[in-house]
Amino acid sequence: MNRSKPITGELLALKNEIEGYAIGYGLDFFPQVFEVCDYDTINILAAQGGFPSRYPHWKFGMDYDQLSKGYTYGLQKIYEMVINTNPCYAYLLQANNWVDQKIVMAHVYGHNDFFKNNAWFSNTNRKMMDVMANHGTKIRRYMERYGYDTVETFIDKVLSLENLLDINELFETSSLKRHRLELNQQQIVENEDDGYLIDDRSQALKSFMRTKARLNKKEEVKVDEEEYVAEKPLSHKTKDILGYLIQYAPIEEWQADIIGILREEAYYFLPQRMTKIMNEGWASYWHSTIMTQKALDASEIIDFADKHAGVMHMSKQNINPYKVGIELMRDIEYRWDRGMFGKEYNECTDMREKACWDTKLGKGKEKIFEVRKSHNDISFIDEFLTPDFCERQQLFTYKYNPRTGRFEIDSKDFQAIKQKLLSQLTNFGQPIIEVEDGNYMNRKELLLNHVHYGVDLDVGFANETLRNLFAIWRRPVNLKTRYEEKDVIFHFDGKEFRPHS
Amino acid sequence: MDHPIKRDHARFRKIVKGKIRDNLRKYVSQGNQIIPKGTDKFTVPMPTIDIPRFRFGDKSQGGMGQGQGQPGDPVDGQQDPNGQPGQGEAGEGEGNKELEVELSLDELARILGDELELPNIEPKGKKSLKSTVDRYTNIGTTGPDSLRHLRRTYKQALKRQIATDSYDPENPAVIPIRRDFRYRSSDTKVEMQNAAVVIYMMDVSGSMGDEQKEIVRTESFWINLWLKSQYKDIEIRYIIHDATAKEVDEQTFFRTRESGGTLISSAYNLCKEIIEKDYNPNEWNIYPFHFSDGDNWSADDTKLCLELLDNVILPVSNVFCYGQVESRYGSGQFYKDLTGKYGTDTEKLILSKIKNKEGILDSIKEFLGKGK
Repeated sequence: MNRSKPITGELLALKNEIEGYAIGYGLDFFPQVFEVCDYDTINILAAQGGFPSRYPHWKFGMDYDQLSKGYTYGLQKIYEMVINTNPCYAYLLQANNWVDQKIVMAHVYGHNDFFKNNAWFSNTNRKMMDVMANHGTKIRRYMERYGYDTVETFIDKVLSLENLLDINELFETSSLKRHRLELNQQQIVENEDDGYLIDDRSQALKSFMRTKARLNKKEEVKVDEEEYVAEKPLSHKTKDILGYLIQYAPIEEWQADIIGILREEAYYFLPQRMTKIMNEGWASYWHSTIMTQKALDASEIIDFADKHAGVMHMSKQNINPYKVGIELMRDIEYRWDRGMFGKEYNECTDMREKACWDTKLGKGKEKIFEVRKSHNDISFIDEFLTPDFCERQQLFTYKYNPRTGRFEIDSKDFQAIKQKLLSQLTNFGQPIIEVEDGNYMNRKELLLNHVHYGVDLDVGFANETLRNLFAIWRRPVNLKTRYEEKDVIFHFDGKEFRPHS
Repeated sequence: MDHPIKRDHARFRKIVKGKIRDNLRKYVSQGNQIIPKGTDKFTVPMPTIDIPRFRFGDKSQGGMGQGQGQPGDPVDGQQDPNGQPGQGEAGEGEGNKELEVELSLDELARILGDELELPNIEPKGKKSLKSTVDRYTNIGTTGPDSLRHLRRTYKQALKRQIATDSYDPENPAVIPIRRDFRYRSSDTKVEMQNAAVVIYMMDVSGSMGDEQKEIVRTESFWINLWLKSQYKDIEIRYIIHDATAKEVDEQTFFRTRESGGTLISSAYNLCKEIIEKDYNPNEWNIYPFHFSDGDNWSADDTKLCLELLDNVILPVSNVFCYGQVESRYGSGQFYKDLTGKYGTDTEKLILSKIKNKEGILDSIKEFLGKGK
């Protein structure tokens, strides 16, 4: 059953035209495939994260429910979906009018270039379409074997921990691991030569605990991975909690496989979560450039302006990544065109001189291409957000005022804005949680640590999450955090959730 | 074969309704109610299941925005996770998905029907109510330009040109002149309709407080909405009663606060009179609704009520609905009297207890869920 089909005729001609412009501007992208589909199909694709085939789970049904309701009630409409694969697939809505299709295509070439060139995407699997489909087949098979509800319930528990990722894992390629493994083995050989007693004892203890853990596993994990594991003690600190559970939790092989599947998918989507502002900014920069300089017909200008303004709308309640992204990209281009950076510029105190600063450097284009290659949202904001920019963009922070019961504008100060923005982007907007000890209190309890940067966790959710974690770890689980200005350890032992202080 | 996501979707709907995976029910975000706001704005809730995750407490977090304003200005309402239509990948939207929508009443009725899975009503009786409908099935020589029938106009022009020999096959230009213009015109048709009447009876005795009346008002609003979507013409009559009953207009029905004792039979008697006088049960679909807190004055009166129901009201009605609203004096006896006599599962009588505002939707589903 084909729900989407390749573009033909006029659209294909349009694609070739836009692609020509994109190449002309120096964009460097994977082969681009456009397909058209109806609104129901695009809702399905969007609900499945852009992929035509995923594992069975109600959460996709939930997203689909919302998207189709939103579409039916006329609240929202998806114009386009693009996914990070090679060749890069993008879906166009059949019902889009001509100028929409132009914008979308130009926009997609921006995303495609970003996927191909941004460093954070360098290790993503570009054959993810097949991988996702295989994951679906595997999980369906587990469901046939162990029961739909059993498997689904387990997936729910794992999804509960899906956001506990370590961004450094993105660069953990297998060759890197192998290299480290070799180094470690060398180290061990050297250590054995020295023969420290204390270290021997802890090694013995570790290997004992390892066999205990392994007894529960029906089959061995792949050999080289196993060796790699062996060098990491149960108590090693990591933010890659799913990876940790695969190694150490007393779970069946199919369960380990499912955690592995969900972990792989989560890491696949991680770079997109880390570069939302840049990615959308870059794509918007290019659709705007290509449209206004090349592709737009005079008769389409009003429609284009209307659509573009819709995408760029500013909200008082949250930051629109499209808007902030494109403006920052343009700001960088402008500054590097005129040499408005560096010591001399920064130390200049004459406002007028500063405003008219122009060294005719002309490196704007070059700079933004470089920026799109090496930054993520955090470093992007950290390096390029300026007080001028915040003022021009009317950025502000807001906070909850318990007295009025409303959210109110808090500050328009540059440092405050930058701080807030960075803290929202830190760890892709998720709390930083790491495994601190897998043998806490020497009772094989799990101890997680929440690295607290000023914002408390939602305790209700933390409670439920710990329950789910307990179901996988099968021993009491603990979470160290700060809550209402106090250090506290939340403890869940299978029956009761309670704080220690 | 349909796309596999339909299965995921069906499963999600079942979880939300609490039919499967009971353990997930607690994560379903509440707010199952479609709330009227102003005249044609409604909040449509989207049920979502929040998978629990470690996440930041909402309020201490605050946020960032863009736009005009000075410190201290409110940023308007809650954080808005849906504030971004337009392009983009499916986001990581978190937060409750309540959407404000402007809707026509028809659409609203359809949403209500979808949400509660209400069956369409199968009307009884023959179609007896005459109504006239204008249908554009005819062609005329006069009319407004907007109704001009191009094909017929050109056909006419062609005919004329051939007849007057001004048609040149080498240069087949057909140019209509004023005389050739043809317009769509309407024929009036008489259509027979199913007719329906809803008779609302409400107990306004001293024990029914404002909150109880509010519940009745909201519930009747939705019931009217649904029935109106099912029947083209619908009549609505209102009766209020304490120890005596009288027919009132809509305004009074929802506003009055009488006090005094309660004789439910008075309302049933008046209902019977109205039906006998105005609505022949062979031609009309009759829906009596009675809302009360269930405190009847005496057991004798209850007996009288049951007789009235048995002999007159039930036989002529499609279905008789009794909703008992819990008041601050608790829930009365009348519900038990009715269940005692008819049981809870009868064809002609639907009983529902409405505990509080949250119970309204369930109660509507009980009343209308049978498609009577």
